[in-house]
Amino acid sequence: MSAIIELRSITKSFGPVDVLKGVDFTAHEGRVTALVGDNGAGKSTLIKGLAGVQPYDGGEVLFEGNPVTLHHPRDAARLGIEVVYQDLALCDNLDIVQNMFLGREELAGGTFDEGRMEAEAARALQTLSVKTVKSLRQKVASLSGGQRQTVAIARSVVKKAKVVILDEPTAALGVAQTAQVLDLVRRLADSGVAVIIISHNLQDVFAVADDISVLYLGTMTARLEASQTSRDDVVGYITGTKRMTGVDA
Amino acid sequence: MSTEIENEGPATVVEDEAPSLLGKGGHGGVGDAVRSYFQRVRGGDMGPLPAVGGLVVLVVIFAIANPLFLTERNIANLFTQAAPLVTLGMALVFVLLLGEIDLSAGVTFGVAMGVFVKLTQPGGMAWPLALLLALGIGVAVGGFIGFFVARIGVPSFVVSLGLFLGLQGVMLVIIGAGGTYRLSPSQIRAIQNQNLPPWAGWTMLGVVLGVLFAVALLDRRRRAASGAPNPPASIMYAKLGVIAVLGAFVVFYLNQDRGTAARSLQGVPIVVPLVLLILMVGTYVLDRTRFGRYIYAIGGNTEAARRAGVNVTLVKWSAFVVCSVLAVVAGIFTVSKVGSADAAMGREIVLSGVAAAVVGGVSLFGGRGRLVHAVIGATVIAVITNGMGLLKFSAGANLAVTGGVLVLAATVDALARKRSGATGV
Repeated sequence: MSAIIELRSITKSFGPVDVLKGVDFTAHEGRVTALVGDNGAGKSTLIKGLAGVQPYDGGEVLFEGNPVTLHHPRDAARLGIEVVYQDLALCDNLDIVQNMFLGREELAGGTFDEGRMEAEAARALQTLSVKTVKSLRQKVASLSGGQRQTVAIARSVVKKAKVVILDEPTAALGVAQTAQVLDLVRRLADSGVAVIIISHNLQDVFAVADDISVLYLGTMTARLEASQTSRDDVVGYITGTKRMTGVDA
Repeated sequence: MSTEIENEGPATVVEDEAPSLLGKGGHGGVGDAVRSYFQRVRGGDMGPLPAVGGLVVLVVIFAIANPLFLTERNIANLFTQAAPLVTLGMALVFVLLLGEIDLSAGVTFGVAMGVFVKLTQPGGMAWPLALLLALGIGVAVGGFIGFFVARIGVPSFVVSLGLFLGLQGVMLVIIGAGGTYRLSPSQIRAIQNQNLPPWAGWTMLGVVLGVLFAVALLDRRRRAASGAPNPPASIMYAKLGVIAVLGAFVVFYLNQDRGTAARSLQGVPIVVPLVLLILMVGTYVLDRTRFGRYIYAIGGNTEAARRAGVNVTLVKWSAFVVCSVLAVVAGIFTVSKVGSADAAMGREIVLSGVAAAVVGGVSLFGGRGRLVHAVIGATVIAVITNGMGLLKFSAGANLAVTGGVLVLAATVDALARKRSGATGV
């Protein structure tokens, strides 16, 4: 199966510190790839490069098989790479529709086509089978953490993203809301999107991921299929007590 | 076009699309709409409600205390007295929504009007040219503040405080300490001192209602076309009806002869349609264009706006320019009313402008408020000034009451929010 996004020998240094030392990584359409690793392993740096926020120093990025450059958030957005940040980039004083379309409002004759935006937002939430939101015209301030995460994820659907990167989507949520969000992540992948999820919570990772990539001190130490591995193995890779033989890195 | 308007029940178009989402607050009967409104109010989203309530109370008190208050002449006077503050309040809304402030808005118009009045002394420059120059001063000052706030990152309070002090110095240079220049161009004097002929007053009301009606219809048609539900048409008619009745009452009142036996005086003051134009265009910009939406977004969460691709620097910068230019317009209304410019012009009014916006329900923290809120708040302050003046209270008592009303309005708002947590800002 060909990857929608493929990173080859990615390097990134901050001064004398090599954060990424030749990392390979792939994500596939319709699959959830979990990116795990301890603090300082380089997860955030890898993601920031994909988002175009912090360009890589070296290595190759292939998008749908073609080499691309990611030097600016615009480059990522143009390819359809969306990042849902941990500190949810939503405006409390705007409603759900306004947030979902922020920065890409639909215009008709120079003014907002609110009807169209509302209908499209409803469709996006429907493809994710979201039923927890009462009204699309609710201000985001009145939503719970899980609902906010839902809106943030649905934003990427409205943008017709091909790759959605979720940074710790369940970190601040309770048990029920975590289950809801993980459900949402699954449905997002089922709709054909390549989902990359960063998480420290291995329970969540095993609940939702198809593939697991483990970063350890700037190198990709393991790329596993979730169904073929165990929690203990992954913990071993994360802490560096276990090394994979035959990883193509 | 008429089909959706007759459709007062639930919007069936969407019923099968997304019954669970495109629901509450969006469609359904009048009862639903009214209930959802009261829910919002109970939830602490009072908007200008306290100000409107306060306005009614004040009008009743002053009307009882002094029979002169509700005379045609005083009502007309109230409109022209309020116009500068209303306009300045609207100007400030653009920066208050960002969570910023412009303390120099008053002296900005002072300088612009000082230049304008001096240049248009008899034998001087043609007034339209001088007017453009005055508005250009607004652009320059707004651009200056915007540069330091948006590009460099200096707090707007500090930049505009610096300008507040500096521009007073410029005023002294232009006008000279204690000097006063008479406003010469009769066209500018006319704004606050001449009235529309009665038929033009009615035409103005008709145009306003026509525009509001056409926009509402267009919205409904678009929503129906994309399958989004419409609120009941009766709500739209009710809103338009209230505006029509209030407007007709005002126009009728102002069209009565309020002159003396020797000289007839009737009609809507010219400043009124100008203020309405600013209100309508400004509301259009804030509600229906990207620029306006991004102002709210930046006021709500600057980082979110930036990540969504909003050019935060440019939007902030532009908002300061809009504020200063509208402030200059407020200055035009002021010189037109006063008839002259002096070196202290605009020094005091700016804080009243901020007070007007806050009394009307605009948040100083950004992201919440509308132009019409500033209009209502400014009207409250103007009514206090006017009513207490009629009752022969001193200027001191007047200021004290205005200050009390400001604190009261902010308190009511804060309590409503605190009680409710958050129904939605």
